[in-house]
Amino acid sequence: MSELKSGSNLEKVLKAGHFAFTGECGPPKGANVEHLKEKCSHLKGYVDAVNVTDNQTAVVRMSSMAASAIMVTEGVEPNYQMVCRDRNRLAMMGDVIGAYSLGIRNMLCLSGDHQKFGNHPESKNVFDIDSIQLIAMVKKMRDEGVFLNGEELDVAPKMFIGAASNPFADPFEFRVHRLATKIDAGADFIQTQCIYNMDKFRKFMKMAVDMGLTEKCYILAGVTPMKSVGMGKYMAKRVPGMDVPDEVIKRIADAGKGNYAKEGIKFACEQIEEFKEMEGVAGVHLMAIEWEERVPEISKAAGVLPRPVMD
Amino acid sequence: MIVADRKPLGELLDMVKDCKKIMVLGCKGCVTVCNVGGVKEVEVLASSIKIARKKDGNPIEVVEKTIERQCDPEYIELVKGEVNAFDAVLSMACGVGPQFLAEAYEDQTFYPAVDTKFFGGAVQHGIWEERCAGCGTCLIHYFGTLCPIARCSKSLIHGPCGGSANSVCEIDSDIECIWDTVVRKKMEQGRLDDLRQVRTPKDWRTARDGGPRKRKREELIS
Repeated sequence: MSELKSGSNLEKVLKAGHFAFTGECGPPKGANVEHLKEKCSHLKGYVDAVNVTDNQTAVVRMSSMAASAIMVTEGVEPNYQMVCRDRNRLAMMGDVIGAYSLGIRNMLCLSGDHQKFGNHPESKNVFDIDSIQLIAMVKKMRDEGVFLNGEELDVAPKMFIGAASNPFADPFEFRVHRLATKIDAGADFIQTQCIYNMDKFRKFMKMAVDMGLTEKCYILAGVTPMKSVGMGKYMAKRVPGMDVPDEVIKRIADAGKGNYAKEGIKFACEQIEEFKEMEGVAGVHLMAIEWEERVPEISKAAGVLPRPVMD
Repeated sequence: MIVADRKPLGELLDMVKDCKKIMVLGCKGCVTVCNVGGVKEVEVLASSIKIARKKDGNPIEVVEKTIERQCDPEYIELVKGEVNAFDAVLSMACGVGPQFLAEAYEDQTFYPAVDTKFFGGAVQHGIWEERCAGCGTCLIHYFGTLCPIARCSKSLIHGPCGGSANSVCEIDSDIECIWDTVVRKKMEQGRLDDLRQVRTPKDWRTARDGGPRKRKREELIS
């Protein structure tokens, strides 16, 4: 086994060839550390790393770095998310170093939802650099030990670099090329947007495999169990870049009142079963939004337990 | 050109509420082309102010004038004998105009009658769209002669983002996803490789981020 880039648990799991399983946790809308710890306790031992969102949907919350650092102290490995919307390259580089200094070893580089969707739509956005330039910047800091301007770093932050990919945005034929550019920029792993349209995702993965991308990067398929028919309809209509086929919503609806969540989890588990066998898929990223307490049950039903313990 | 919108009448009436005699000063430059601050619009605004004030039982005298450009001292100079005869002057030029006027006539009060919006053009009669962000280093030739800095909501250099659907931007279905257009154009031309490069972060020093900008052309300075 060649040398590890970051030594994070997630990197070790993927490198050892295990089917990875990551979770997600949104920081509190305030300084409720106890609530964060409680949410995070549901995930401990059931996932390999937990994504910590960065002012997701442009709604202000506890900073993802602080929440990630709290997770480290709780013994849960964070996947620290950083968006380009809220900070310029100076703040970003400072935060990457800060995060690493606090024991954070994975990060996910994102452009970020536009502030129009959030709770401060009147704010100014930054977008000094974009997500692909962020990936390249973190890689440069890690591998060359220098800042963007070429000045040397006094101890480089060794991050396992992640990026997102949305196979369901337009133009479809281009999505795999954008993924390829992210990999060229330095992405070590990819987490996809929530998948409901399996046909489209199969096509996307075939293109990625054919282009040799899955040889260069680990791809984790995004799964969000549907809690209700309303949630499905909301995602289909209101969430940008989501593709929720009518038949998926119908399936949940047909399960009947009181059974929606159960059916949603069943569908998610069937997806995960398929992903385990799908060429090029290295794991699953489970985004159980505000449903952290159900992660133990879902991971058990999905047959991904026990999680490997890496040294 | 610079595209602007006229400020709401109520806001303008409030600006001149203590005045008895004002001038509405138009500009024959960009604001005339985008139908917001030329001779015609000066006339409409002057009438609207007079009618509103008359209705309030507080009539006001409004003098109309439009000059070639308000971004040029040569033309600003032409109103020298007049401006100080008014309680205030409402400038219908872009944000440059009232500032040039105020610099030339320190004793007078000038108000902006328009909100300056963007650099753009008319895509059809009555519809203007932004095309340039004035970032100081033009890159459009890399992107099919389309500007992602001005026209992508996130100014992405590597788009489209995950929110692009049906060729429109995630923030508003009335906004074209310019990256969708860039990609489709490159695909049609068989030049997708142009979009497969990891571009270095932009140097924003040439934009407003580098501080207020100034250009000096030695050959023109006498």
